[in-house]
Amino acid sequence: MPAPEQFRLVFKHIDEAGYTNDLACYLRNGGYEVLRKSVLRKPEELVDEVKKSGLRGRGGAGFPCGVKWTLLDRKSGKPIYLIVNADESEPGTFKDRYIIHNDPHQLIEGIMITCFANKVERAYIYIRGEFPEGARILEKAIAEARAANFVGPNILGSGYGCEIYVHRGAGAYICGEETGLIESLEGKRPYPRIKPPYFPAVLGLYQCPTIVNNVETLCHVKHIAERGGEAFSKIGTPNNTGTRILCVSGHVQRPGYYEFEVGKITMGQLLNEVCGGPLPGRKFKAVIPGGSSAKVLRFGERYKGKRKVGAEMIDYDWALEDLPMDFDSLQMIGSMGGSGGVIVMDDSVSMVEALANINAFYSHESCGQCTPCREGSLWMKKITGRMVHGDARPEDGALLKSVADQIAGRTICAFGEACAWPTQSFIAKFGDEFKAYPEAKKAPRADGVPELV
Amino acid sequence: MIQPAKPDLITVNIDGKEIAVPKGTNIIEAARRVGVDVPHYCYHSKLSVVGNCRMCLVEMGMPAVDPATKAPVIDPASGKQRINWGPRPAIACATSASPGLHIRTTTPIVKECREGVMEFLLINHPLDCPICDQAGECKLQEQSIGYGRGYSRYIEDKNVKPKRTVLGPRVMLDDERCILCSRCIRFSKEIAKDDVLGFTDRGSYSTLTCFPGRKLENNYSLNTVDICPVGALTSTDFRFKMRVWFLKQTNSIDTESSVGANTVVWSREGVVYRITPRENDAVNDTWMADSGRALYKRIREGGRLESIRALGSETTLDAAVEAAARLMAAGGVAVVGSGRSTVEEQFLSRKLAEAARAKAWLVSRVGEGDKILVSADRNPNVRGALVTGLISALPSARLDALAGEIDSGAVKTVVSVGEDLSAAGLTAEQLRKVSIVYLGTHSNPTSAAAKVVIATLTEFEKHGTFINQQFRIQRFAKAVPGVAGATDDLQALSRLVAAAGGPALGADVGSLWPAISSEVPALGTMSYASLPDTGLLVDGTPWAGLPFIEGPTLHFQPAQKEAAHV
Repeated sequence: MPAPEQFRLVFKHIDEAGYTNDLACYLRNGGYEVLRKSVLRKPEELVDEVKKSGLRGRGGAGFPCGVKWTLLDRKSGKPIYLIVNADESEPGTFKDRYIIHNDPHQLIEGIMITCFANKVERAYIYIRGEFPEGARILEKAIAEARAANFVGPNILGSGYGCEIYVHRGAGAYICGEETGLIESLEGKRPYPRIKPPYFPAVLGLYQCPTIVNNVETLCHVKHIAERGGEAFSKIGTPNNTGTRILCVSGHVQRPGYYEFEVGKITMGQLLNEVCGGPLPGRKFKAVIPGGSSAKVLRFGERYKGKRKVGAEMIDYDWALEDLPMDFDSLQMIGSMGGSGGVIVMDDSVSMVEALANINAFYSHESCGQCTPCREGSLWMKKITGRMVHGDARPEDGALLKSVADQIAGRTICAFGEACAWPTQSFIAKFGDEFKAYPEAKKAPRADGVPELV
Repeated sequence: MIQPAKPDLITVNIDGKEIAVPKGTNIIEAARRVGVDVPHYCYHSKLSVVGNCRMCLVEMGMPAVDPATKAPVIDPASGKQRINWGPRPAIACATSASPGLHIRTTTPIVKECREGVMEFLLINHPLDCPICDQAGECKLQEQSIGYGRGYSRYIEDKNVKPKRTVLGPRVMLDDERCILCSRCIRFSKEIAKDDVLGFTDRGSYSTLTCFPGRKLENNYSLNTVDICPVGALTSTDFRFKMRVWFLKQTNSIDTESSVGANTVVWSREGVVYRITPRENDAVNDTWMADSGRALYKRIREGGRLESIRALGSETTLDAAVEAAARLMAAGGVAVVGSGRSTVEEQFLSRKLAEAARAKAWLVSRVGEGDKILVSADRNPNVRGALVTGLISALPSARLDALAGEIDSGAVKTVVSVGEDLSAAGLTAEQLRKVSIVYLGTHSNPTSAAAKVVIATLTEFEKHGTFINQQFRIQRFAKAVPGVAGATDDLQALSRLVAAAGGPALGADVGSLWPAISSEVPALGTMSYASLPDTGLLVDGTPWAGLPFIEGPTLHFQPAQKEAAHV
């Protein structure tokens, strides 16, 4: 089956010749028309549209956006804040950066519609420290939008006003975790908060109800307001509506970003057709489907079980290539859609070395607040580091798994899972390679490249 | 069986035991009440909950209800309501009691969680227990025995961190031992109101440190040492001096102000090594000031009086009492009692004043209150002097009126119970002019000028009670034997009372208290032996109108001052 055409919704103008990130260009392309219409509607109507759309968060967890908004404590009398999570840090993910760099006004329009719908009068864009250019672009875009009365007091004569501020992070992965982000925004160390009681919807920024949404999610809100929730929900597949930007990196012919209707394209179509297949003379070995913390999948394995289609349960028997790229299917087979970062590894890759790389990242990024993640992530790094650079033992794989098992599900935030899942899945899927690694290490490399120590 | 809960109580089930607790009770505390130990490091009952150590993970469940009808779902096997157990363990410290909450702490998953956390905490811990000052009172040691696996799987290099960081004048930090529980950080911020501690770096390399340019030097810094569950924070005064398991613990009271913080005095073979706070949730919670911890040094400070002297030469108690009696018999006697004396001593001071037909005086000591655990009144027991009837008005810092009576010749003999009269404003000439009988622990101008000197005991060497600013009578006990040559204050005073023609009264707290109970109305219902460790409130209404000087401190609000008199 040939791969479907890309459905460019959020990325419509990315790569478009002559499209620039300034306000004039955005307005020429119909920009801020949706906001103009939205402020004439009732805020509750817009929330309903988002609920009807079935939009799920694009940051990683895939939580339904409309539900998130409904959980807001609107009775407290406290101000409600919107935080735009632009701390795009998950390895393998680079979609938000393109939105910020090339189409910042689309994001700002989405933010303003979201703020209007939720009666938010102050929004913060928390952008990772490694995006200085992105921060500059956003500042400029907000200034333009403010000058044109799309942001600020009394927008478009509606009587409604909202300010947007850009806050730059200082370069920590954990600031992408929503409560860690909130702490950081408050000026503290980004230690994620315990939930309960600190659910952002109730006790978020400055202990006020707060929405934290990903950049891509908010861009989708603009399109939902434009098309209507019902129409939006027709894009994609049931419960996996809209489009998804897939960031493909690693060993394919054409890595890059691709936007498709969620669930309408399979892994095989994406990698073999859209991305041009493996590099010459190589074979696909493994793929991480949703950013580095998602569980790795092995080419050649099959996934069997029952799934719900409409009201019926039907059997499925998929090869990895048959996997639909949607939230539910990826979760069903034990991984996740996550942030949409698809990392491809071919047969030139040693899984032990790949895991050593991932573990180095997570141990460096663990905030250090709670014990299992703080100590476990570094321990796993030390084990895999020793395996690669020192003495590997056949039993190290089992030890790694056991350490990872002591982390997942026992930490304050989801970083515990994020740092444990790679190890758990690498061992589960490539355990043989970990066992054979001590011996394999002694053999000269197939490509004749000398060992780096 | 489930007991019918009182209206304000709810029933939770911990390891199969039902207990009724107030709604919102912390699960660690609720478990403690049914004798179930939930191990923890970062949780502290007096600090905010952060949930970072993950040692208190337990299984949590709620009674199942039918989502549609809300009717309880009954398990056919047991006939009881089914419990929906959570999919993953939850931290007990951040869980509060809600109706029907079920907790399991003995299941394999909980055991495995604890073993995992213990292992993680130990892999980068230096395990220098043999030379660690925390040994013997180390939570990491205790819980690794109680809940750890007992073997190590760790063959990598341990992290290296600073071993001897001076956080402040009294606190030393070993960062390698630190388990990053953040108790000290929270204490500094929340209780001491001096936010100086924080972590730098991240992950397992996180390091406790002071903010740049700051020091942990507030008067509460040593509490961080107390609450440190491991040997990371140690007291520069106590470290390397003694293994804690050799020390005897004696309940005592901090005498530095009228707060009356409850303390434990740690001693061995007659030597005090340290003082730590003792929990009293109505007075000092689990805290005390650093200044109060150094008081034991007075025991061995220079200038300690170690003999009985009368008319210039060393003598016996009998001879000294006789000499004092002769001086008192000449009339014109004044008794200067002390706000540092115990209730029992003040009672005898009053009796002495009555027998010698003398006026009783007291000297106040005023400092600045710190709004935490040191009040403006630096005497521990001014209220004792009021309650026992030694004085009826609040004292002033100077004995100017007494000086006048000495100048006029009305007062010829002064009995001072531990007060240095020159510090209270009497001149050297006035001291020469009167005959002084001095009972005290340390030499000073008054003891030098005195005709009769009886060396007495510090609060660490005797028993007694103090009445603090809340009118709470609190008992303390003798921690170490008195220095050779010193006489128990009560013995000296009771002998003087008798010698001045007063009644024969008990010379120790046990035999004296019946007289106190019968003669002091406010203490009428009490007895020394039955005073609880956390003290008893005395009815202070007879003195409610007095202008006490204390401002608010932890657990104390001064009575509302009446509007200014017009």
